[in-house]
Amino acid sequence: MTLLAVERMKLFSTRSPWWCSLIALALTVGFGALMAGTANTETPLTVAATQFGYTFGLVVIMVMAALAITTEYRFGTIRATFLAVPNRGKALLAKTAVVAILAGVLGELAAFGSWGIGKLIKPASDLALNTPYEWRAVAGVGLVYAVAAVIAVAVGVLVRHSAGAIALLLVYVQLVENLVSLIPRIGNDIHRWMPFTMSAKFITGDPDVTLRNINEGPPLADAGLSPWPALLYFAGFAVVMMVIALAVANRRDA
Amino acid sequence: MIEAVGLTKRYGKTLAVDNLSFSVPSGRVTGFLGPNGAGKSTTMRMILGLDTPTGGTALIDGKRYRDLQQPLRTVGALLDAKWVHPNRSARAHLQWLARSNRLPAKRVDEVLEIVGLTSVAGKRAGGFSLGMSQRLGIAAALLGDPQVLLFDEPVNGLDPEGILWIRKFMHRLAEEGRTVFVSSHLLSEMALTAQELVVIGRGKLISQSSTEDFVTQATENTVRVRSPQLAPLRSALGKLGVSIRDEGEALVVSGMDCADIGELAAREGVVLHELSPQRGSLEEAFMQLTGDSVEYHTEIAEPGVPATLTTAGK
Repeated sequence: MTLLAVERMKLFSTRSPWWCSLIALALTVGFGALMAGTANTETPLTVAATQFGYTFGLVVIMVMAALAITTEYRFGTIRATFLAVPNRGKALLAKTAVVAILAGVLGELAAFGSWGIGKLIKPASDLALNTPYEWRAVAGVGLVYAVAAVIAVAVGVLVRHSAGAIALLLVYVQLVENLVSLIPRIGNDIHRWMPFTMSAKFITGDPDVTLRNINEGPPLADAGLSPWPALLYFAGFAVVMMVIALAVANRRDA
Repeated sequence: MIEAVGLTKRYGKTLAVDNLSFSVPSGRVTGFLGPNGAGKSTTMRMILGLDTPTGGTALIDGKRYRDLQQPLRTVGALLDAKWVHPNRSARAHLQWLARSNRLPAKRVDEVLEIVGLTSVAGKRAGGFSLGMSQRLGIAAALLGDPQVLLFDEPVNGLDPEGILWIRKFMHRLAEEGRTVFVSSHLLSEMALTAQELVVIGRGKLISQSSTEDFVTQATENTVRVRSPQLAPLRSALGKLGVSIRDEGEALVVSGMDCADIGELAAREGVVLHELSPQRGSLEEAFMQLTGDSVEYHTEIAEPGVPATLTTAGK
């Protein structure tokens, strides 16, 4: 608990987490408002459609999480941390936990904020959360953000440089996972098993694709698992990354 | 008490620290002296568990740093004053450190008071001058009221006032019975600050002794004699088998003190215009001992006068 308090103090006594949080919320909720504003009788506002902006928020959250650790390397405070807490595993896990909790809270704020603003702009539309699918589409965003934050921290520990870590994360999330499906024959099969495809699957679920308009929500995921196992798969990937990061941090000269 | 036993650190082909053994006693200021690149910082980082030694161990009161519970209560260290997030206030920086070792929050205000930063405690550390940063670093080192303190080049880049403050501060800490281990590449500074010296060059131990002994051993004590009748004096001295060096109209004699030379001159009836003891400078002593072990010589430097010695660097 002490270490969680320490990492909370460290995180909130600098400015970038505040900025990133604001940007993440503004992007997601702003997109929710945009979707609500452009909805009409032909493409009515749905629960899924309010969550269109979650992937943009996800990117900002990952930047925040990566910065939380890379700035420590940048300014040498990681050494001050390791001097105060020589058990590096504990120190880094505490940081990861604090960042993940913040990411989770922001995810819920972003998702319910987007949903709420939709309700506000289009009170007539049917935005009731009735099905498990609708619940996952909104409440699930926090879980995905939290797991993504763990991945970003792990990459931050491994790469140590802010620019490098952020570039790697952005290129991977935005390009690599999508471009993989261009590989002839095996590309689509690989794509189905990539971690962020899995996270998208958890959010967008298994609706009947043929009945769904493109404007009704984030792009559908073509993942190899059903939603909850997909989230577990995503979390498993985060755990593996974290284990590698901790092992490297323990061996490496600080 | 800090003990290094066979400490070794290898980076690829370079041996940064080579089988280094020494001990740092409590109640004294011990200087850790060596030219730039001699391995001082690496050694300190190994003592503090930041770098893993390739071989050997470093113990603080018999324990490895990584095995210490709440290490800030045992060891305080200032390795780099810039290890502070620039957007964090001085107080916030000390607060999280204090919390990490379960130190009371009021201790933060106490150490701020000790180093004289109370008035700027709420300001962001990024705007601090080097001197203020050093003070903040010292405040952090003192947080847990530790018995062992390590400082890496604490006076680097400070103005004379800051240097004096740090020097007095170290003495005070040692007088309180603490172990104070402070590195520097400036012998003149260490001669004023340290009572004990651990001298290294190229990662190897050159000597460990009291500062006084080090200076005496290292500097050649000579006597300068000036006389209008140098020739008879030279032959008289020559018979005694002491070494003599000609310096124009003067002789520099080593192995004989002023009194003996004066009496000899009286017996020989030689008039003396000057008879003065010469003390080798500390820098000369340092060069003499570490001269072969300076890693980076500059092209234009005279033999044995490496220009790198005068520049600060870590």
